Amino acid sequence: MEIPEIVGAGLIVIGAGLGIGRIGGSAMEAIARQPEATAKIQTAMLIAAALIEGIGFAALFAK
Amino acid sequence: MDKLIHDFSFGLFIWQLLVFVALIFLLKKYAWKPILDAVNAREESIEGALKAAEKAREEMKALQSDNEAILKEAREERERILKEARDMKNKIVAEAKEAASAEADKTVAAAKASIEAEKTAAVAELKKQAASLSIEVAEKVLGQELSDANKQAEMIGKIIDDVKFN
Amino acid sequence: MHYNMFSKLSVSLALVGAMFLSVPTNAQDQDHHEDPHAVEAHETHGHATEEGHDVKAQIKETIEHHLSDSYDFTITEGVSFPLPVILFDEGLKVFSSSKFHHGESVAEVDGNHYVLHHSKVYKTDASGHLTMDEHHHPTNAMPLDFSITKNVFMILVMATFMFFLFKGAAKAYQTGQTPKKAGRFLEPLIIYVRDEIAIPNIGEKHYKKYMSYLLTVFFFIWFMNLAGMTPLGINVTGNITITFSLALITFLITQVSGNKHYWMHIFWMPGVPVILKPVMAIIELIGLFVKPFSLMIRLYANMLAGHVVLMSIIGLIFVFGSWLISPAFFGLTLVLSLLELLVAALQAYIFTMLTALYFGSAVEEHDHH
Repeated sequence: MEIPEIVGAGLIVIGAGLGIGRIGGSAMEAIARQPEATAKIQTAMLIAAALIEGIGFAALFAK
Repeated sequence: MDKLIHDFSFGLFIWQLLVFVALIFLLKKYAWKPILDAVNAREESIEGALKAAEKAREEMKALQSDNEAILKEAREERERILKEARDMKNKIVAEAKEAASAEADKTVAAAKASIEAEKTAAVAELKKQAASLSIEVAEKVLGQELSDANKQAEMIGKIIDDVKFN
Repeated sequence: MHYNMFSKLSVSLALVGAMFLSVPTNAQDQDHHEDPHAVEAHETHGHATEEGHDVKAQIKETIEHHLSDSYDFTITEGVSFPLPVILFDEGLKVFSSSKFHHGESVAEVDGNHYVLHHSKVYKTDASGHLTMDEHHHPTNAMPLDFSITKNVFMILVMATFMFFLFKGAAKAYQTGQTPKKAGRFLEPLIIYVRDEIAIPNIGEKHYKKYMSYLLTVFFFIWFMNLAGMTPLGINVTGNITITFSLALITFLITQVSGNKHYWMHIFWMPGVPVILKPVMAIIELIGLFVKPFSLMIRLYANMLAGHVVLMSIIGLIFVFGSWLISPAFFGLTLVLSLLELLVAALQAYIFTMLTALYFGSAVEEHDHH
């Protein structure tokens, strides 16, 4: 049986979603702990999220 | 990926590059540079104004303390001048008093001396007159008793010398 | 452009609202009285509601048409105006796209025949025959195509709009120190890009020379995203070519401004064992291209997905065709539109932010080495 492409897309979304969710959650905790470092944490969060997102997109479009 | 490559349009790519790069440079010249320059100038002017206000406040404070110092100095000067004037007055008065009393002393002394001299002269005169009077009295009293005139004078002199005037 | 009109609508929301209100009524009039195609379309619509499959196919086609570039500017179904087609094929060929009749007929220009297939111009014979390969892609020759397509048209319109908008905003500073009219709305955004995006990521020392690009790219993407939310069928930022060229400019500027620390970090990473250095160099080199690639894909996919979702939900109104369910989907569309409004600004911000970050990594000075 051939697995439809949409299943792969779903897997990618799950993986990327978990990854970005973790980054977002950790960033929130970090901001709560050190509100004065909000700007730095946000930047780092965006970079990390962007990297995961990039990989996710690469996988989504790589068919 | 296949879809992406298939969707790619070279003509649109060239148009986008041309229009976008042109837009960057046009906006840079006509919008971003004037706006950012104006914003920077405004921020600098605000900062400058705040600094100037701060400086003015400090100058004002310095001026105020200066004023106080000057006032204090003036007050001291006035005190000093007044004191000097007072001293001077006292001194002059004292000097005048001294001079007056010296003059008075001098006059008194002169008067005393003159009185003494007059008195001495008067006493001498009185002595002389008393002597002659005494001789006259004695001559009248002792006219007969003492015949010898010389002997009589000698005796009278002796008596007069014994007489003391206080 | 109607600059005077637009400059007053400084809040783009108002712009979107105005288009929502003005366009469809106009289009409806023309629907009924002028365009015979529209009447046909309406009739097919009527038939299609009987067969759900047809409606679905039609919705899919409408969405695809909406998302792809085209040679005429379709305001709404049946109301469109042709745009010039410019081809380099044995000399310059300029003709109106009305010759294609929305892709239904072969255009003959100076003895050459051209046909439209999936929004691309192919050279063909008088019959308009296309030979297909196994992937259903035509193998016919494609002339060099510099046509003013819908997207090119929108880019030109947007560039003109932005030029006059910001030039007008800049003019206020000649006479005074405070912004006026549209500038009141734009100045805080410009300062935001400077103070929150450029300076923290690039640094106080170098940020100035990148400001023009960052501001232009921010407002271009944002305005284009907002224009995509109008019902005019504009999908510029959801086009891979556009995002590719934007990412390419970012990539080129990053590499050109890279200092020796930047290149040393890529090819000879300091602070790792010598054996690992070549491995790191390979990873860094891949990263060099992945960064602009993800920039390109992120914007493209986000905008495309937004359009697809919104249009699909609007399409569902027609699939169900019931007045009971339609208001629910209408509400859902409204909520998603509000979300898209946020995404429009967010994607512009992220693109600009990451661009600034890459510039920052290129010009960063490593004092600690």
